[in-house]
Amino acid sequence: MIESDGLTKRLGGRVVVDDVTFRCEPGTVTGFLGPNGAGKTTTMRMLCDLSPADAGSARILGGRYRDLPNPGRRVGILLDASAQHPGRRGREVLALAAQVIGVPESRVGELLRRVGLDESAGRKRVRQYSLGMRQRLGIANALIGDPEVLILDEPANGLDPEGMRWMRELLRDFADRGGTVLLSSHLLHEVEATADRLVIIGNGRIQAQGTRDELLQGTGTIVEARDEAALRAALDAAGLAARPGSDGGFVVEAEPEEVGRAALAGGVALRHLALSQGAGLEQLFFDLTQGAPESFPAAATDPDLTEAAR
Amino acid sequence: MSALATAPAAGIGPEHARPGLVRLTGVELRKMVDTRAGLWLLLTTAALTLAAIAIVGFAGEAADHRFRSMLEVAIAPASVLLPVIGILLVTSEWTQRTALVTFALVPQRGRVLVAKLAAGLVLAVAAFLLSLAIAAAAVAVIAPEGDGVWSLPVGLLLQDFLMMATGMAMGIGFGAALLASAPAIVLYFALPMAFGILGEFSFFEKIAEWVDSSRALAPMTSELLSGEQWARAITALALWMLLPLLIGAWRLRREELK
Repeated sequence: MIESDGLTKRLGGRVVVDDVTFRCEPGTVTGFLGPNGAGKTTTMRMLCDLSPADAGSARILGGRYRDLPNPGRRVGILLDASAQHPGRRGREVLALAAQVIGVPESRVGELLRRVGLDESAGRKRVRQYSLGMRQRLGIANALIGDPEVLILDEPANGLDPEGMRWMRELLRDFADRGGTVLLSSHLLHEVEATADRLVIIGNGRIQAQGTRDELLQGTGTIVEARDEAALRAALDAAGLAARPGSDGGFVVEAEPEEVGRAALAGGVALRHLALSQGAGLEQLFFDLTQGAPESFPAAATDPDLTEAAR
Repeated sequence: MSALATAPAAGIGPEHARPGLVRLTGVELRKMVDTRAGLWLLLTTAALTLAAIAIVGFAGEAADHRFRSMLEVAIAPASVLLPVIGILLVTSEWTQRTALVTFALVPQRGRVLVAKLAAGLVLAVAAFLLSLAIAAAAVAVIAPEGDGVWSLPVGLLLQDFLMMATGMAMGIGFGAALLASAPAIVLYFALPMAFGILGEFSFFEKIAEWVDSSRALAPMTSELLSGEQWARAITALALWMLLPLLIGAWRLRREELK
């Protein structure tokens, strides 16, 4: 169980995390989504008492993180995979953590195998590790105390597609056994397949949160026509709320059938009409997290950012 | 893996007890030797100790070959390098950002600092015993003529050890106060030098005797301190060891991790 209650952080006079409230329940994977600089890392550091909050409070497993007697046994944390001494061997990194939290060192080999690092990788110094290997080592480090809660900041960074699928399965399995997972990402597609719930943050504020299905609902229908002005007029005439889609056309908050009728009534020839699914969530993600949150849902779409998200 | 199945319902068992200071001290000692940089620094210290003893052994005169003098030579390299090890023990957590992991596992940052001080003390004891052994071996081999070759007041022995232990604590203090390797090492050596230069001016000389650590601590390894010398040494240690440690403890507790 992770509870963030109104967490707020000011850095250099700027509010970088503003009244962030959410909960992660046992048995679920929560995706903490937002563009770089949205406040994800700062929030996660406040959750783990690595950074003091200016307002609000965080509770892990019902209490403050720093009040857990041996936190490594109950909470697994990966906040930055590159925060390792480059001159230390991978196996030694895990052995140190094992010694601190009182886990037999025999667990180190088991963990290395579990995250897909073989004996020779374990003997290498972290300097020689790729980012993907550092992520795996960091995940092993988080798992070594056999925790109930996992807090992972951008764990998919640097993982190849096989590595991402492996991590998805690992987190799913962890949650299915009753564990609580919070993982952050700036890329929607990294978490949408894994997360049961999404918390979307932009400009330090929570922009939306709920189950993945809830957030998908109401994202509507994608419709395109060669004559966009006529399509817009037809939609307006039918009283349907529409916003520009990421690839041209519109995303309409209505069923495809209603949109079709509106186009028919307006005499507009459509070239594309579809229920928005993943694309809708993606659109939602960008609308929610970009520039001025006030302007939602008609926020402008930056094509470069949309591209980066693919 | 099998344990994971039971983990979410595990509750609080003895394994959830807070890691003790002995265990944390062991971890800090391990961190001193498990990187190439740390290991080489220790080996270099040992090698320099041997070299210094060899040079004095060949070049010195009979008076230099008494145990008391040889020990003074033997502890010199460690007195210079142990503080650097102390500095790096703290600052490397910051420059390599391993403090993120360290403080995630032990949120009470003060306990980590205490463990580092305890580990530093253990290392100082080890370095001191090694210096004793090397000096004794050299004296036994050279076997100089004269009376009182082996004589060494217990008080001086303790002073020698105090020099090593406080040097280590000074390094840890500088490291914690500055949280960056290069500035901490440079200032650790440059500040006493600056005081030494200031001490050349007559208006500052009286003050320098008390606050210049190199001057106030110089007699520590060569003679039994008088009451006033103790007062000077303690004043200098308060300024160069205690103050950095206090600033360091305060910074370590509140500093944001990058």
